[in-house]
Amino acid sequence: MAYLTEGAEGLRSVPALLAHNAARYGSSPAYREKEYGIWQSWTWSEAAAEIEALALGLLNLGVNEGDFIAIIGRNRPYLYWSMVAAQCVGAIPVPLYQDAGAEEMEYVLAHCGARFVIAGDQEQVDKVIEIQDDLHQFEHMIYLDPRGLRKYDHRRLHAFDHVQAQGRAARDEFIGELEARKAKLDYDSICVMLYTSGTTGKPKGVVLSNRNIIETAKASSEFDHLKVDDEVLAYLPMAWVGDFIFSIGQAYWSGFCVNCPESPETMMTDLREIAPSYYFAPPRVFETQLTQIMIRMEDAGAFKKKTFHYFMDHARKVGPAILDGHEVGTFDRLKYRLGELMVYGPLKNALGFSNVRVGYTAGEAIGPEIFDFYRSLGINLKQLYGQTEASVFITQQPDGEVRSDTVGVPSPGVEIRIADTGEVFYRSPGVFVQYYKNAESTADTKDADGWVATGDAGFIEESTGHLRIIDRAKDVAAMADGAMFAPKYVENKLKFYPSILEAVVFGAGRDRCCAFINIDLAAVGNWAERNNIAYASYQELAGHEQVLDAIQSHIEEVNESIAQDPMLSGCQVHRFLVLHKELDADDGELTRTRKVRRKIIGEKFEDLVNALYDGSPSIYTETEVTYEDGRKGKITATLEIRDAKVVPTTPQKLAAE
Amino acid sequence: MKDTEGYVTADGRQIGGTLMEMRNITLRFGGVVAIQDISFDIHEGEVRAIIGPNGAGKSSMLNVISGFYTPSEGEVWYQGAKRPPMKPFEVARQGVARTFQNIALFEGMTVLDNVMTGRLTHMNAGIASQALWWGKARDEEMENREKVERVIDFLEIQNIRKTPVGRLPYGLKKRVELARALAAEPSLLLLDEPMAGMNVEEKEDMSRFILDVNDEFGTTICLIEHDMGVVMDLSDRVVVMDYGKKIGDGTPDEVRNNQDVIDAYLGVPHE
Repeated sequence: MAYLTEGAEGLRSVPALLAHNAARYGSSPAYREKEYGIWQSWTWSEAAAEIEALALGLLNLGVNEGDFIAIIGRNRPYLYWSMVAAQCVGAIPVPLYQDAGAEEMEYVLAHCGARFVIAGDQEQVDKVIEIQDDLHQFEHMIYLDPRGLRKYDHRRLHAFDHVQAQGRAARDEFIGELEARKAKLDYDSICVMLYTSGTTGKPKGVVLSNRNIIETAKASSEFDHLKVDDEVLAYLPMAWVGDFIFSIGQAYWSGFCVNCPESPETMMTDLREIAPSYYFAPPRVFETQLTQIMIRMEDAGAFKKKTFHYFMDHARKVGPAILDGHEVGTFDRLKYRLGELMVYGPLKNALGFSNVRVGYTAGEAIGPEIFDFYRSLGINLKQLYGQTEASVFITQQPDGEVRSDTVGVPSPGVEIRIADTGEVFYRSPGVFVQYYKNAESTADTKDADGWVATGDAGFIEESTGHLRIIDRAKDVAAMADGAMFAPKYVENKLKFYPSILEAVVFGAGRDRCCAFINIDLAAVGNWAERNNIAYASYQELAGHEQVLDAIQSHIEEVNESIAQDPMLSGCQVHRFLVLHKELDADDGELTRTRKVRRKIIGEKFEDLVNALYDGSPSIYTETEVTYEDGRKGKITATLEIRDAKVVPTTPQKLAAE
Repeated sequence: MKDTEGYVTADGRQIGGTLMEMRNITLRFGGVVAIQDISFDIHEGEVRAIIGPNGAGKSSMLNVISGFYTPSEGEVWYQGAKRPPMKPFEVARQGVARTFQNIALFEGMTVLDNVMTGRLTHMNAGIASQALWWGKARDEEMENREKVERVIDFLEIQNIRKTPVGRLPYGLKKRVELARALAAEPSLLLLDEPMAGMNVEEKEDMSRFILDVNDEFGTTICLIEHDMGVVMDLSDRVVVMDYGKKIGDGTPDEVRNNQDVIDAYLGVPHE
């Protein structure tokens, strides 16, 4: 296996990197968290001491090598330490999505057979207690925030600081064992297990080794020149592979500081205070921010509005070129500088992007207008393409070669191959070890030579060597007349309109395409307020005549643009409806990373899909919804179905196979 | 005094001895008798509710406890001593904090500043020091800010720390009021209709916070409330008032089965 490397002596596990950092960067900050209104910080040597105390405490509780320790909560230094402490004692950390329901959590905890759980607060503790009777391996739970837990039965429940205190007290007794276990960790030891959210079926446990994580972290840190003085804000779910790579892999490799927000609600304020130099966000975050800026600019005075638009027009013209280091005239440069002083600088400051040196977005396609907006401000926003199975990185865009329609060139150490079917395959040191307890899926995904199927269809652009992704391979299908059907392509075009939050396009095996639309409450609500349209609920706004008119005009614009593409012109949306509820991960309609589960939506709203195709002008429907606390309820609605204008074309047929 | 021993609640919590005792309180406004010869006690660490139909005299009773009204007859015993007639701020210094039925916050000030006012009874730097923000005043401010931040963290209002109170919705304002009262580190916390005007979700949140405060800080809580469901779930013992008289006193279950209480709530003709 030539593509697998061996790494440097003494740097072959995360605990080893921790020791290395404590020695190299002992006094520079490793973690910060805002608590009690102040940024509290821990240096690398302090973090190492905290992690050691916790690891000793875990030994004291009886953690064995090879045990799974589930970690549930929002991003907090303590939970990052928990992951590393688990690795120190030879256990395997399994971070879980904190917003997962008890049922989902039960499946995962039972599947990995976790004996220990480290939970953030009462909400998480309650969920685990609810399901613990069905989990026979489960033994102890450790919690961080004691609020509301005082009266709980503490036989199997321990406070985080108490576990640490016990660890410190028993240091002499256990330190030998801890050092011995740490010494045993090598490049092939399991670093972490992450459950993929999966657009279909049950979650799968992706096992990643130290080699996967450290090689990937090393290559990607070098690619973007990450250094010890970089700052990141850790706010994306800890169960997501990206957060593991950024906040543990790259942070431990480069020694930079991981900052945790005070609470999810204060994230934007905290972002502004920290002003990270390395930043990651899914397209949705950038979209929301842009929508908010535009809404607030609408409310601004005439002078400010004029200044903003004048300089933004200029930025759109020359900003990306300046960022990429292309030739730009002196006058345009001076004007851009003035704009920086008047508009771009203050705007970036308000967004918390003043210091961003490298910013990434991934997970979904990002709208070209949104992408260009941020780049024109001088923010080096790039795209990457990745998967949990690859320890994130498959391709990424190098500085100076950034476009909104590609996902970049293969990351260092990654080989890419396009199969005859159009599916993208890759091989790299980051390729996962296996799906836990699922040899069959492992064999389906990864072949003997280490090539992994991405499940995405794409092609490599000949002129630039950049990869372009068309759609999920299994979503690409043929329509009844044989024309190509690529739903994601259409949905993305629709979603680039601020008022459309989510779109689901149907059409596989049918004679024409139809769509479900979800409105964006923030954008449409603001528009309604501006136009004196009163509404009492999401449902009422979604069904409003004028909202439907606006959505219809968006769809017709998209149809026109799709008609230009000879291969996909059959995907024009003929009929649509606006859903009466927001698609939600709690109802199983989206994955935890907010990807549309097409098949489940199709089954759940079968009556609506049928109505789209049988030509009825409206449809009465009942839908079950799950509330935040897990209770179920029902909402009913009568939805209007509308026809959208399409451009007549004759799409090319898919080549016969 | 009667039982200063304390007792154990149904869910197994140990309640301490008597913290406050009202002895034969009568309150008259001219010819109107608002409270007529009422006696009851509040134990350390319990959640004590005062309930009753509109006009029963609940708020008057709370105002007697907080020192706003001086009872026409009867005695208030607090921490084992008879309390002489006092101004409300003197009562506050003794460790009694309250929230108001109609929110009484400084609308133009931020949440943080409003909560800081709850610490005023704990600040005693001189005017000069305050004006120059030097020496004692500065140390005090930092110490108090730390305590206030703990309350803000506890009540989960970090995200509105710097927001002027006037811009907040009603439910949050109520929570800020609770924060201000808590910041005073009271030994007795008086809540005047903490759930009034709230929707179900806000009520649930508020109930949780009240229980958590009682649980976490061991604060004794005396509350007035209309919503019977909330009262019965939250409190350890309940006093029921009707037309200025006490008609029931005991655990929620005892009170619920008390015929006088049922009559008062369902309504029977009064002769």
